[in-house]
Amino acid sequence: MAKTVAQQKAIPGPGLDPQLARRLLGTMLLIRRFEEKAAEAYTLGKIGGFLHLYIGEEAVAAGATSALRPDDYAISAYREHGHCLAKGADPRRMMAELFGRRDGLSKGKGGSMHLFDRSVNFLGGHAIVGAHLPLAAGVGLAIKYDGRDQVVVCYFGDGAVAQGEFHESLNLAALWKLPVIYLCENNRYAMGTSTERALAQTEIWKFGQTYGIASERVDGMDVDGDLEVRPDVRDRVRAGGRHGRSCRARRRRPGGRPGARRSDAVAHRGGHLPVPRPLDARPRGSGLPDQGGSRAREAA
Amino acid sequence: MAVMTYREALNMALREEMRRDGRVFVIGEEVGLYEGAYKVTQGLLKEFGPRRVVDTPICESGFTGVGIGAAMVGLRPVVEMMTFNFAIIALDQIVNTAAKLHYMSGGQFNVPIVIRGPGGPAAQLAAQHSQSMETYFYHVPGLKVVRPTTPMDAKGLLKSSIRDDNPVIFIESETLYPVKGEVPEDPDFVIPLGKAVVRREGKDVTVIAYMGMMYRAMEVAEDLAKEGLSVELVDPRTLRPMDTETIIGSVRKTHRLVVVEAGAGFAGMGSEIASFVTEQAFDDLDAPVERVTGANAPMPYARNLEKLKTPSKDKIAAAVRRVCGANGG
Ligand SMILES: Cc1ncc(C[n+]2csc(CCOP(=O)(O)OP(=O)(O)O)c2C)c(N)n1
Ligand SMILES: [Mg+2]
Repeated sequence: MAKTVAQQKAIPGPGLDPQLARRLLGTMLLIRRFEEKAAEAYTLGKIGGFLHLYIGEEAVAAGATSALRPDDYAISAYREHGHCLAKGADPRRMMAELFGRRDGLSKGKGGSMHLFDRSVNFLGGHAIVGAHLPLAAGVGLAIKYDGRDQVVVCYFGDGAVAQGEFHESLNLAALWKLPVIYLCENNRYAMGTSTERALAQTEIWKFGQTYGIASERVDGMDVDGDLEVRPDVRDRVRAGGRHGRSCRARRRRPGGRPGARRSDAVAHRGGHLPVPRPLDARPRGSGLPDQGGSRAREAA
Repeated sequence: MAVMTYREALNMALREEMRRDGRVFVIGEEVGLYEGAYKVTQGLLKEFGPRRVVDTPICESGFTGVGIGAAMVGLRPVVEMMTFNFAIIALDQIVNTAAKLHYMSGGQFNVPIVIRGPGGPAAQLAAQHSQSMETYFYHVPGLKVVRPTTPMDAKGLLKSSIRDDNPVIFIESETLYPVKGEVPEDPDFVIPLGKAVVRREGKDVTVIAYMGMMYRAMEVAEDLAKEGLSVELVDPRTLRPMDTETIIGSVRKTHRLVVVEAGAGFAGMGSEIASFVTEQAFDDLDAPVERVTGANAPMPYARNLEKLKTPSKDKIAAAVRRVCGANGG
């Protein structure tokens, strides 16, 4: 597996600070429990429309957010519950939004796919595949315009990679040296279409390299290894770089649309929560699945 | 007041607003080094530097999205479309993101962006470079749409658009750039959005037109005055929000209405105006509302065919005479 930045790794996986490990696990569990509740409410018909669950990918949001400062920005597509929670939004107001209530984050006007929380610099919540990638570049441009030292992390799925806006955004972010981290959550499927059937180049991180963006492929299930945006990456981006990463992740639940099937291809993929190694004693009665990060890493 | 071209008036508006507010910046293809494909941004790079006059490669949805993202976090971008024909490449960004962010975020984020550039029929530029684009935008809740006819309007309305906290689509015209007119030099001069103007008072019939069609309708009105017909000319200036009050007021006075538009008529500006006038002032109408629109065809290249495509003075005059001849008594 080729890695460009990972070779100068700052924090080796097993050495993860136990306090950080606990925080990561807490975030992942919060996301998992939130999503399970949301799924339940969806089944009961209390949540309408599309509900795109993040179960199985919690480690990506937890890891990436752990290296951000509170005033850094995050922006995402429509499978954004995890990113919004990790950034620090109030889960109650998020759930209220899914229920279409006026005390929801977006006053019930956005719903599951349009979560926004200005108070934690979470910029949404965008449901047109690929369309928020240029916005991230714009946020980067504004940061640079004002001479601030924030960064913006932009989450997107493998489905966005075939869109023109992916390429336009990477080109502009690289051309103008904008402080953007483009983070692809590659769960190998866009609805029913595998990356093999969608992309001439399935090694998504290589697109970043093409545009002169330092890029790497990491294991989206290995929360204590590669996954957190390491401080060295973040600092480099803050100092005027930009960064691309492609995380292999597994999504357990089928797509959140009425009547969505769990296709065979999606079904056999994982869904376990990767436990950070320092915590892998697995407290009794925690109900945590017993496959840890290391298993997941092999599967990637 | 100074006499200047429409192009110079736009340039003046940009310059004044950039001087007034450091968050205002210009972004688009050829806006900086090349000084604008139609020279509207002439001299801006020199005065404000590359931080505030941003040249982009050819990627309309990309740089429009960049503008929207920057606007979300506090800047006030003026995005130049080299021509509006290319804006439909960014239609998703404009319709699905710029227009909706304020609403779907429950009011947490707003998008103070102006998307401006020339549009509408242009001299022999043919099918893909010569067409009316406003219909694509004024249908969308969350967008304001401006079509400034005169140099004074160009300046006053562009300044208001830049100061507006929500997205404004500002469509100029290649053919009007060299038109001269009086323009206030006062940097505080603005024209509020959503206000129509009566360009010529009359008592027999109201004609609504904007941009090149307004100049044409004005000539028709002068001609018809010699026949004893008194035409009132109303220019909506802002198509959305539409100043229905001024239009209804004029119809209540003249009892007859003709709408002229350069674009193909189906579901066009004339359809919308005819329907709200019918809804709100049916009893005041002495004749059916007439529409004079472009033909239902792409813009042809040949000069004689191009003339057939757009509403001519003869067609406008004929419609006015028909409406005035009709007697609803
Ligand atoms: C432009 C656009 N085309 C199609 C869709 C319909 N659609 C919704 S989700 C999706 C798949 C996206 O897959 P991916 O980006 O890999 O994200 P994932 O669902 O795997 O998280 C599609 C095609 C859309 N929302 N936007
Ligand atoms: Mg996917």
